[in-house]
Amino acid sequence: MENVIIGLEIHVQLNRLQSKLFCGCSTQYHNSEPNTYTCPVCLGLPGSLPVLNRKAVEYGIKVGLALNCQIEEETLFYRKNYYYPDLPKGFQISQYDFPLATKGRILIKGEDGLERDICITRAHMEEDPGRLVHAGTIDKAKYTMVDYNRCGMPLLEVVTEPDLRSPKEARAFLDKLKSILEYLDVFDGSLEGSMRVDANISLRGGDRTEVKNISGFKGVEKALSYEITRQKNLQRRNIKVVQETRHFDELRSITVSIRSKEEAHDYRYFPEPDLVPMRIANWVPAIKATLPELPDAKRERFVKEYGLTDDHAKSLTSEIKVANFYEAVAAKAVPRLSAVWIADVLKGELNYRDLGIDAFQAEHMVEIVNLLSSGAITEDGAVEIIRTLLDKGGSPQEIIEARGLGKAGDETVKKAVREAVAENAAAIADYRAGSERALNFIVGQVMKKTRGKADPGEVHRLVKAEVEKV
Amino acid sequence: MLAELKELLRAGSAEEYLSRLFEKIEKSSLNAFTTLARESALRRAREFDKKPGQGLLAAVPIAIKECISTKGIETNCSSRILRGYIPPYDAHVIERLKAEGAIIMGKTNMDEFAMGTSTETSCFGPTKNPWDPGCVPGGSSGGSAACVAAHEAPCSLGSDTGGSVRCPASFCGIVGLKPTYGLVSRFGLVAYANSLEQIGPLTHTVEDTALLLEIISGHDRRDSTSAEKGSYLPGLKDGVSGLKIGIPKEYFGEAVGEGVDERVEKAVWDAVSVLEGLGARWQEVSLPHTRFALAAYYVIAMSEASSNLARFDGLRYGLRQGEDRDWHTTFSEIRSLGFGPEVKRRILLGTYALSAGYYGRYYLKALKVRTLIKDDFLRAFKNVDLLASPTMPIPAFRIGERINDPLSLYMADVFTVPINLAGVPAISVPCGFAGHLPVGLQLMGPHFGEATVLRAAHAFEAATPFHEAKPEVV
Amino acid sequence: MITREDVEHISWLASIKIEDEEKDEFVEQFNSILEYFHQLDEVETEGVEPTFRVVDLANIFRDDVACPSLSQEEALRNAPRRENGYFKSPRIV
Repeated sequence: MENVIIGLEIHVQLNRLQSKLFCGCSTQYHNSEPNTYTCPVCLGLPGSLPVLNRKAVEYGIKVGLALNCQIEEETLFYRKNYYYPDLPKGFQISQYDFPLATKGRILIKGEDGLERDICITRAHMEEDPGRLVHAGTIDKAKYTMVDYNRCGMPLLEVVTEPDLRSPKEARAFLDKLKSILEYLDVFDGSLEGSMRVDANISLRGGDRTEVKNISGFKGVEKALSYEITRQKNLQRRNIKVVQETRHFDELRSITVSIRSKEEAHDYRYFPEPDLVPMRIANWVPAIKATLPELPDAKRERFVKEYGLTDDHAKSLTSEIKVANFYEAVAAKAVPRLSAVWIADVLKGELNYRDLGIDAFQAEHMVEIVNLLSSGAITEDGAVEIIRTLLDKGGSPQEIIEARGLGKAGDETVKKAVREAVAENAAAIADYRAGSERALNFIVGQVMKKTRGKADPGEVHRLVKAEVEKV
Repeated sequence: MLAELKELLRAGSAEEYLSRLFEKIEKSSLNAFTTLARESALRRAREFDKKPGQGLLAAVPIAIKECISTKGIETNCSSRILRGYIPPYDAHVIERLKAEGAIIMGKTNMDEFAMGTSTETSCFGPTKNPWDPGCVPGGSSGGSAACVAAHEAPCSLGSDTGGSVRCPASFCGIVGLKPTYGLVSRFGLVAYANSLEQIGPLTHTVEDTALLLEIISGHDRRDSTSAEKGSYLPGLKDGVSGLKIGIPKEYFGEAVGEGVDERVEKAVWDAVSVLEGLGARWQEVSLPHTRFALAAYYVIAMSEASSNLARFDGLRYGLRQGEDRDWHTTFSEIRSLGFGPEVKRRILLGTYALSAGYYGRYYLKALKVRTLIKDDFLRAFKNVDLLASPTMPIPAFRIGERINDPLSLYMADVFTVPINLAGVPAISVPCGFAGHLPVGLQLMGPHFGEATVLRAAHAFEAATPFHEAKPEVV
Repeated sequence: MITREDVEHISWLASIKIEDEEKDEFVEQFNSILEYFHQLDEVETEGVEPTFRVVDLANIFRDDVACPSLSQEEALRNAPRRENGYFKSPRIV
C-alpha cells in the first residue's frame, strides 16, 4: 500500500505508578464509582497547584531509552490551552518545546515481510483529562456526564513519523510498543483506557484526516481500513478529502465527522508558571542500567540459547509474562519441545478462553513436557490435560489417573495388537489383497481397545509386523 | 498592636471583642466585607475564652481577601461567576494562621479576580475609603485595607500581583507588604497571574506585619515555587544606622507618565530625610527600564490570567443558569454573564497576546523586558541595601473617576508593578498626607531581604506619628 | 490594528460570548491598550533571555505515594448540575 501514509499518536497511561502525575490521588480508579478519586488539584479547583511525581519522570525516561530516543537535558511543562468539558482547568499541562524524549525508533515487520524502523518523533509527559459518558451516541446525546477519576493520570504521548503504510503495519507497531511498555513494567495494558490512539491518515497527494481517541488495537485497524476505503472512494469520484477530525464509532465500525471548529485550534502554549524545569541529564545512566532485556534482544537470545525458530521466539517474547513463563519451563524441560507446547498449543487454548498466561502454572507445563519426552503420555493426552487444567483445575497426575491418560504399556499394546489381528481375519485378507485401508482399520481397532492410549504410529508398525508374521 | 491585643484578649473576653467588631461592621457603610463567618468565629472565640491557647495569634481575628480559599466559607473573588463556591480545603496560609490560633472572621471585598486598582470592579459594588467615603480605598485588596484602617478588623491578608496590597495600604494609611516571590505559598490563592503574585499582610504597624509574615511564610510542598522562610522578628528594632538607600530617579517628577502629585513627592522626600536623621544614607540610582514596566506587566498578567480563568465554565462550580445548549455555546454564555467588563477585557487581550502569530511580539517580548527590569534591580542592589519611592503617584482618587478609562487606571500602578516583575519584596508604610488623604512610602529590598525592609520600615514608623492617625469613621 | 473579526475570533478562542453592541467598544479599547503595549518595541532585547519565572528552582518533586481523595459528595458539592455521581455537562454536539 505504497500510497497510504499513516502516523500515530499514542497516549499511554503510566498506570503502574501509585499516584497521579501532579497530585496524590491513587491511580487505581478503574471500575470505581464516578468522582471518587479526585482532589482539589486534579479537579482544578480555584487555588490548586500541581506538584510533579518524580517516579513518573523516571518511567518517562525509561520508555524514552527503550525506544532508542535522545533524552532532553532540561525539559519542562507547558500549558496547552483549550476548552472542553473533560478538562477542568481549561488547559492541559503537557509538553511542547524541549519534550522529554525525541528521535527514537521501533523495529517492525512491514507489509513486504522485511523488518524496518518506524521513527518516533517524540515522547512526552502530560496529564489525562476526565472521561465523558454520553447518554447515547456522541452526536445524538442530549447531555453528557463527566467523571474526573481519570483526570490527572500520568500519560506518555508517543508520536510517530508518518512512516506506516497500512492498517496491519499500524497494528504491528502498536503490538510492539505495548510489548516494550509491559517489559518495562510501567503500564498494565489490560486496564480500560490504558492506551488510546489517534491516527492520522492520508492517501498520497491528498489531505489528511485525524481519527481521535480509538481504544483497542482492533479498533485502530478497523478505523484505518474504513478511512482508507472512504478516502479512496472520494478520490475515485474526484472529491477532495476534507482535512478534519473524525471520531471512531465502535458500534458501527465507521468514522464520523465531529464537525467542530477544532481545526481552528490555537493552543497558545506557554511554559507552566506553577512548575519548575526538570534537569535530568544525570539521571540517564542510572536508569539505563536498570533497563530489562527488551523484546528484540530477548527474541535473539531465545533463538541462540534455546535453539528455537524465529517464529517461536517471536511468539514467546511478545509478552513479558509469557517469556518469563517459557524460561521457567525451559529450565526444567526440553526447551524446543516446551516452545512448541507453549507457543503452538497453550497460547491457543488460553486465547480461546480469553485467559492470560497467569491462568496456567509453569510447574504443570514442566510436568507435561517431561511426560511427553519420556513417552508416558500421547500428544492427544497432553492436549486433554491442558484443557482440563484450564477448565477444571487439578494437577496433571490427578487428571492422568482420573482419565486413564497414561500411555498404554508395551505389553498392553502388544496384547491388543495380537487380539485385533486375531479377530479381524477378513481385514487381513483385504490387506493382503492390496488394501492399505484395511490395515488402518485394524490399527483403529487397536486404538479402540487401548482407549486411545497407544501411540498411533507405533501401533501401525506393530500391526504391520504382526500381520506379516501371520 | 497585635501584641497588646493578644494580652487584652487573654485578660478579657475574645467573644466580646469579636462581637463588638461584628456590630461595628453591621453599622458600617464601607462595604469592606463580603462574608462574615460569624458562627464559626464566635465559636472559636468562646473556645478560647474557656481554654486559652498558646498560639502566636491566639484568638486574634483576621479578615481574609475573597480570593484566598477558606474551607467551608464562600470564596468568590468578588465575581458573579464564582458566587456560591465553597472550597473543600483551606489555603496554606489559612492553615498556618489557624495553627497559631487566629480566628478567621470573614472575607473582604476586592476587585473582581484581583484585576484592578480601586476595588470598583467588584460584583458587590465598591468599598469606600475610610478617610473619605467618596474615594476609592485602592485595589485590588481594598476591602482588606479599609477594614483594618477603619478598625473593623485588627489585621488582614490581601494578595499583590501588581501592587494590590501596597496600593490600598498606601491609600488607606496602613502597612502592607508584598513578600519576595515564592516566600509565601500560593496554594489556595485563586490565581490571577501566577508568576507575579504573592499573599501579603495588611496591618496597623510594621511589627504586626513582621509577626504575620513569620507565621504565613515558609516552604509548602504543595507549591512547587515555594521557598524557605527567613527570620523577621529578631533584629526588627535594630535601626537603620549605616543603611544605604537608593532613590530611583525614574520614580519621581516628570519621568513618570502623568507625573507625581507634588504633595506625595514632598511627603516621600520628608520621609527620606527622617531616615537620614536616623542614620541611613541615600543616593540616587537608576532603574532605566522602569517606563516599560507597565506594558510588560500588563501583557504578562493578562496572558497568564486568560489561562488561569479558563476553568470558570459553570460545570464544576459557580454560575449556571438557563437551558443547556451545546457545551461551547453554554460555556461562552456563562462566561459572558459571569465576568465583569474589566475581567473580560483582560482575558480577551491575554488570549490575543498568546495566540499564534502574536506570542513572540507580545508575551515573549514582555518576558525579555522583564529580564531587563529584574537586572535593573539586581544591579542597583549591588550598591545600596534598599530602594525608596512613593507607593502610588497620587493619593486616593474619587470613586467613578477613572473606572471608564482602563488605561488611566493601569497607569496608577507605575511604581508598584516593577516590583512584581522582579519578584523582590516591598512594603508600604504611611508617611504623611496629601490634604486629608494618606500617602505611602514604598521601601523595596533585594530578593529575600524582608528583614532589612522591615527593619527600616519599623525605624521610620517608630520615629513618626502617621501609624497612629485614625480616620473619622473610627 | 485589531478588527471586529479579530475580536470575534478571540472571543471564540476564549469561550466568552460578546454581544454585537460590545464588539465595537472592545475594538476601540483594545486598540488603544495595544498601542500602549507597542512601547515594548522600543526596547532592544537581542540576546536577552525571557524570564518565565523569577525563582531559579529546578527538580521539585513529590514521592509516588497514594493519598486519600475527596469523597464523591465533597467533589460534587459545588456542582450546579449533577446526576448519579457525575457532573452534568451540556451536550457535546
